[in-house]
Amino acid sequence: MLKLLWTAPLSAKVGVLAILAYAFVALFAPLLAPYGETAIVGSSYELWSDKFVFGTDNIGRDMLTRLIYGARNTIGIAFLTVAIAFFVGGTLGMLAAILGGAYDMLIGRLVDILMAIPSLVFALLLLTVFGTSIPSLVLIIALLDSTRVFRIARSAAMNVVVMEFVEAARLRGEGMGWIIRKEVLPNITAPLLAEFGLRFCFVFLFIAALSFLGLGIQPPLADWGSMVRETATLINYNDITPLLPAIAIAGLTVAVNFVVDWMLHLSSGLRSDSH
Amino acid sequence: MSSLARIILQRLGLGLLTLFAVSLIIAFVVELLPGDITQAMLGQSATPETVAAFRKEIGLDRPAHIRYFEWLGGIFTGDLGQSLASKRDISEFVGTRLSNTLFLGGLAAAFAVPLALLLGLLAALYRNSIFDRIVNLTTLTSISFPEFFVAYILILFLSVKAGIFPGISNVSTNLAFGDQLFRTILPALTLTLVVLAHMLRMTRAAIINLLSSPYIEMAHLKGTRAFRVIVYHALPNAWGPIVNVIALNLAYLVVGVVVVEVVFVYPGLGQLLVDSVAKRDLPVVQACAIIFAAVYILLNLLADIVSIVSNPRLLHPR
Amino acid sequence: MYSRQQKELNRLQTKVSKGSMSRREFLSRVSAMGLGAMAPGLYMQSAMAAPKQGGRFRQGVTGGATSDVLDPGQILDHYMLNVQFGQLRNNLTEVAPSGELVPELAESWEGSNGAKTWNFKVRQGVEFHNGKSLTSEDVVDSLNHHLGEDSKSAAKGQLGAVTSVKADGKYGVVVELSGGDADFPFILTDYHILICPSNGDGTVDWQSGTGTGGFSLVEHEPGVRTLTKANPNYWKPNRRFFDEVETLQIADSSARENALRTGELDAMNNVAPKTADLLKRQPGIVVDVTKGNKQVTLPMLTNVAPFDNNDVRTAMKYIIDREQWLQVVARGYGELGNDNPIGPANVYRATTDELPQRGYDPDKAKYHLKKAGFDSLNVKFHAAETGFGGSIDAGQMMAETARPAGINVEVVREPDDGYWSNVWMKKPFSACYWSGRPTENMMFSTVYWGEAAWNDTYWKNAQFDDLLLKGRVETDPTKRRAIYVEMQQIVHNDGATVLPLFLQDIFAINDKVRHPDVIGGNWELDGCKAAERWWFA
Repeated sequence: MLKLLWTAPLSAKVGVLAILAYAFVALFAPLLAPYGETAIVGSSYELWSDKFVFGTDNIGRDMLTRLIYGARNTIGIAFLTVAIAFFVGGTLGMLAAILGGAYDMLIGRLVDILMAIPSLVFALLLLTVFGTSIPSLVLIIALLDSTRVFRIARSAAMNVVVMEFVEAARLRGEGMGWIIRKEVLPNITAPLLAEFGLRFCFVFLFIAALSFLGLGIQPPLADWGSMVRETATLINYNDITPLLPAIAIAGLTVAVNFVVDWMLHLSSGLRSDSH
Repeated sequence: MSSLARIILQRLGLGLLTLFAVSLIIAFVVELLPGDITQAMLGQSATPETVAAFRKEIGLDRPAHIRYFEWLGGIFTGDLGQSLASKRDISEFVGTRLSNTLFLGGLAAAFAVPLALLLGLLAALYRNSIFDRIVNLTTLTSISFPEFFVAYILILFLSVKAGIFPGISNVSTNLAFGDQLFRTILPALTLTLVVLAHMLRMTRAAIINLLSSPYIEMAHLKGTRAFRVIVYHALPNAWGPIVNVIALNLAYLVVGVVVVEVVFVYPGLGQLLVDSVAKRDLPVVQACAIIFAAVYILLNLLADIVSIVSNPRLLHPR
Repeated sequence: MYSRQQKELNRLQTKVSKGSMSRREFLSRVSAMGLGAMAPGLYMQSAMAAPKQGGRFRQGVTGGATSDVLDPGQILDHYMLNVQFGQLRNNLTEVAPSGELVPELAESWEGSNGAKTWNFKVRQGVEFHNGKSLTSEDVVDSLNHHLGEDSKSAAKGQLGAVTSVKADGKYGVVVELSGGDADFPFILTDYHILICPSNGDGTVDWQSGTGTGGFSLVEHEPGVRTLTKANPNYWKPNRRFFDEVETLQIADSSARENALRTGELDAMNNVAPKTADLLKRQPGIVVDVTKGNKQVTLPMLTNVAPFDNNDVRTAMKYIIDREQWLQVVARGYGELGNDNPIGPANVYRATTDELPQRGYDPDKAKYHLKKAGFDSLNVKFHAAETGFGGSIDAGQMMAETARPAGINVEVVREPDDGYWSNVWMKKPFSACYWSGRPTENMMFSTVYWGEAAWNDTYWKNAQFDDLLLKGRVETDPTKRRAIYVEMQQIVHNDGATVLPLFLQDIFAINDKVRHPDVIGGNWELDGCKAAERWWFA
């Protein structure tokens, strides 16, 4: 793996490094942050200083501390959401491709229906019904995202299930789980991976949009999407504080997609070698 | 009957079923929402008596399924019903909102689609060059900012500082076309930045994917210039995935722009929908949701037709 | 006076009347001329120089929705309040900018029978926008619009004591109340109780938007935009200077500020406290405040544990650092509250001698908690921006300051939608605000009276309720004052409402807009009457 990384293009190296840095910050947030996550340590909107590197937020919490804890919460929530979405959407999509027939019809129609409802409004409705706790936020966004994953997984798996080796595995009497894990999944990682890169980042933005409409992550938890929302209007007065959480999101988006691009390149290359 | 026509008819039929299902889901979820329209309209001043009188007046005291079937009956006769809150005919005011939404979406698409195709082609042509990397980096960055933030930044530079465009899109029905266009440019630009990256990346990927095909290599060997190869040989075969992504993004430009509408005070359908959800005005929510779902279904159908026409093998799967 | 000085003074006064010189600059220049003592008067003289007629006043406001209707009984928020109460229609009585009660469509009135019977004389010679003359029939039907079984009017609660409304000739109206109320004419200033033309069958025509106000309706797209034009036959002298008023619903505060800065608006309401100081520094923008009785409250439901115990309630009143709230939530645009709803715009507000200011004191909170039998307490604070702006931030600050007292406050963010129906008066501890009322009696009767529909804590205190009824019929100001001060003390000590702050409403205008020196404090934007009271330089 390390050897592989050595041969990777510069963009991928930067991406991997950045992701590691983000992960480090997220994991060791309590050690890195100068203050407590919810502690009010100064007056509101203090300027950047030695004491508060990036100043303070609207109620006097240290901005740097919020950003560091934000990494943990934001990445954690986004990762969990996307993981659930890919597990559910991916499994159902592959099953639909393998089983076909009535099952494919049924799930396909259901997904079509869910996708026909604008996702932001649908999320708004569901969150109002179920409340904006973290579990319901994660599950609702995961449900809506899984429809997109389903479509991609299904169409990619369609091309795989007609291959001889899948037929052969079926004839051998292998179980459904085995076929999915050993035969189908390895052959559709590329499109799924590409989708993963974008989906992961769309979750932050989705949460930011929700908080714009008055729903989102419960306080006092710090998350980047809500932090952009809270400070956004300051940008109108040449204060660049709101750029910080936005840059944090953008940095991660770019890093993840650099790595995804590289892996796509690798997987396509490896495949052509084996043929 | 040609097989293409049969597919289209079949899909339209399915689309109608989908719309029906969407209306059921919406009715069900709105029913689950805490509070109802009378409480939303009376706000802090609601008392049990006024709420009861209000409910009776608008027929909210009857069971939900009866109200749903009445609404459905109206739909079959082409009647969208009335707003519970204002008693205005929905078709009357949804029409203006829809045309505003389509105008904004259309303008954004007019910027975004050609730009995405052109940049995607160029990025594929000069893949891994500095140009490719810059395009990749900037578009990735632009989609990773929340929409409202992109909007604020555009307003700050193009409106507050440079004074070129108005800071809000105050469009009204009796505005001249030129004025309406001018006032819609800034939100359209915001949306362009939001949807550009996705289409661009897909165009680039689809074309690069084809560049390794034998017939493209043949064209290269024949000495055809790289740009010609891409435009005349690769692009026609890459239409399928590209059109699909374009359709998805066009749908987004119509159904997903609530936030941009709010920031620019643009009276579109999205704001109407969110407003009506807040007030629990079910018939209006239904009308908007159905329109959005129909747009989504039609654009997807259109994308599939284009894919099929560009690659007739798809008519006969397997 | 010496001619040179006179010349210079004339020049400065012209500048002020044209609006190209601020009050502060004028005062300092005039003082420099050695006329310091005369300066304020000279300023008034020039600033008040007859307002000019003309122009289109464009205001960006909040609180509009697509569901808005022109029914005065359904006015919910600022937008329709501004359009209906501020532009299209009039009430019988009006709260003047000074806070006094003045006649509007009622020329005069008289209470009798222990303030139970009220006779109003309707102003003669007033015309509706459609040319119809105003008579007692319009007034009777307009009042009855809010009454009766089928009424869904938001003002039904306010008019709960009204038993009958009858015409007495062409210009007389008699209202009978079930109990005496010296403040009844004040109640009629409520923005719902507007006079619409009668249909002649006991109902009123509210649908057309026709009224007697300074502006008549041209275009109205609910939740988006309203255009009105000057009523050429407006009956009020020295009012209504704009030719047209365009009202725009702008929900996002950044969008409002940007539109004002780029010259697409002349005025906006609801400036977010956190950006007010930034906005103030922009060229050509004036930021100003309305000092009223708008108040932040945290109602605790007394019908559930632990808030049925007054020691717990008292402990809760000590865990808030009010100074901090004032600085952070209101950014200084307000004043400290003292767990008492009678505010800066009321007449009989208790002095700090009569009612010492309560502050942040975790030890006292701990003491009261112990007295109630608790070592520690877990409390959920239910909040949404609808409750009051900044309530979620405020809740988090309360969570931090409550910890030393052994009280763990968990802030629960509730959806804005349905907040008033599902959270307020339902959850034991929530965020709320009141715009305040012009009189002590109205404030107490609306929210603190044991029988009040909006008694949002279900608090009942027999002594308090007795005093309330006494105060309603008491006409001697000294005795009235004594009654209301005692009531304020009871609410402060025994009540179930934490009232940490009074808020000022912040509005912003561009430098072309002129307004009188004294502006109304009852609602935002000069009592919502900016359209008829303001003018362009």
